[in-house]
Amino acid sequence: MTPLLEAIEIARHFPLAGKLFRRSTRAVKAVDGVSIALHAGETLGLVGESGCGKSTLGRLLARLDEPTGGTIRFEGQDIAGLDEAALKPFRRRTQIVFQNPYSSLNPRQTIGDTLIEPLLIHGIGDAASRLQRAHDLLDIVGLRREHFGRYPHQFSGGQRQRIGIARALALEPALIICDEPVSALDVSIQSQILNLLDDLQKRFGLAYLFISHDLRVIEHIADRVAVMYLGRIVEEAPVADIYARPRHPYTQALLAAVPVPDPARRQPEVVLEGNVPNPIDPPSGCHFHPRCPLAEARCRSEMPPLVTGAGGHKVRCWVNQAEDPVVRNAWQI
Amino acid sequence: MSDATVPVQDATESRTRHVLRTTFASWPAKLSLVVLTLALACAIAPSLIAPRDAFLQDLSLRLLPPAWEPRGQALYWLGTDQLGRDTVARIIHGARITLLVSVLAVVVSAVIGIAAGLAAGFYRGLTDAIILRLIDMQLAFPLILLVIAVVAVVGPSLTNLVIVMGLSGWPRFARIVRGSVLTVRHLEFVDAARAIGASQFRMMAHHILPNIMSAIIVYASFEVARMILLEATLSFLGLGVQPPTPTWGGMISEGRRYVNQSWTVAIAPGIAIAAVILAFNILGDALRDALDPQLEDRT
Repeated sequence: MTPLLEAIEIARHFPLAGKLFRRSTRAVKAVDGVSIALHAGETLGLVGESGCGKSTLGRLLARLDEPTGGTIRFEGQDIAGLDEAALKPFRRRTQIVFQNPYSSLNPRQTIGDTLIEPLLIHGIGDAASRLQRAHDLLDIVGLRREHFGRYPHQFSGGQRQRIGIARALALEPALIICDEPVSALDVSIQSQILNLLDDLQKRFGLAYLFISHDLRVIEHIADRVAVMYLGRIVEEAPVADIYARPRHPYTQALLAAVPVPDPARRQPEVVLEGNVPNPIDPPSGCHFHPRCPLAEARCRSEMPPLVTGAGGHKVRCWVNQAEDPVVRNAWQI
Repeated sequence: MSDATVPVQDATESRTRHVLRTTFASWPAKLSLVVLTLALACAIAPSLIAPRDAFLQDLSLRLLPPAWEPRGQALYWLGTDQLGRDTVARIIHGARITLLVSVLAVVVSAVIGIAAGLAAGFYRGLTDAIILRLIDMQLAFPLILLVIAVVAVVGPSLTNLVIVMGLSGWPRFARIVRGSVLTVRHLEFVDAARAIGASQFRMMAHHILPNIMSAIIVYASFEVARMILLEATLSFLGLGVQPPTPTWGGMISEGRRYVNQSWTVAIAPGIAIAAVILAFNILGDALRDALDPQLEDRT
């Protein structure tokens, strides 16, 4: 089965400003050779610390930004280098929901206009049917029709996120990229929005790329999880597998840091030391080696490849290799 | 956490009516509206309003003080100028050219400045660099020298004056617009517009421009004021509207020589300029607040 969306070795390097009259050769490698595949109706969770490039990857896959290398195939077509006019059919199939519900809606546009605009741009239906569709969208995301003529500031954060979701649904896409859609919301609202996303997926057969730094949210919503560190995927596996048997020491550290609601169980005092290294000068070899308790000599000199093991569990590590039956846990939990 | 919304204004009221109602809600705004209406009336039909001919000279009545001073004459409320022309009549006639020239000049500089600022802020890169250098070039060049050169070549007609003054104002407009575009264009709703397939024109016209309009309106109201003063400066140098056509700036520059004999000749048009400028600024502020939907509920 061909995947809905497939990225092959995509990269996004942001060149640093050079000196006067001299172009800089240095660049921030926000996304550096990421390959990812997403099937119809599936949810792929993407986790990582802030600054690891997960949002940049989301923007690349939504083609809000152009990759500096690699291929992105959507339904078999390469969309990496297309211009805005050629992207228009793709825009109908892929939408994005943003993190900040306060800046993701145009403050000068009523909710109705926000929902009608995509239909207008793509020339869908006549005025009456577009109005009807906008009303239906409000129903679908659990808002009332009286909200049609109101402005974004008259809504709460959770309601605004519903509006953002309704806008993403307007064109009946196959894929929605959710860039931290609940991290700006209160916990109680988070679960409402997550349940809404779940329902919509069942109802419309949507595929989600769900970006988050919250592992509990990812566990709840994702079918597969990819872990990103410094612009690269370090581990990717089905959700149950990765939570039960994390192989990459970085994934192990992230999972060890999740608070557990059990007073009897002790939390490790320090899990991961140091900060994410500077993406301009990433460490040699495995980018994680300066923070890794398992690091060996080889980790310092050679970048490990992303190897697929049993059950589609992919990991990029010299110590806990994908085929290895023994998994060493870096933090003994 | 409830999902309740804030109550909103009566939905039956149209957007335009709502904006007008909130703009003129306060008394300074109402007063400003009166001042501008009066100035506009003078500009449209000066002959109907003025008590007598603004061009009629009478040297026996030159430099009369205002009516309430001992030497003043009841028919000449604000006295007369050095050629015996009625100051009131000249202020009323002067409103026409003064307002026409300054408002049109602002329109010219706004059109150029908004287009250049939007392009620079939206496209960045080379477009931005070129437009910024053009702005710097023009701002570095002495304005008066530029105007003298242009007027010397094309002659001091009204149209030329509007074009030259309009061109003098676009760089500041472009800078304000560019700065505002830079703060807005990275907000997620602009990305969302791109994601739904909006063209670049639509992103600029529907998503960026409405969100920077308040800055533009307020700046334009200040710009009208600046243009009135620029016209006065140019008239003073003999490059503005040519006598005997009365303009407020021209009256000040002519009257300043006689300020010892009759202070109203220069001060009265000065007060007219100040009143109109103040009115423009107050209405600019009020309109900005009325156009901002986030302030709607607080009024």
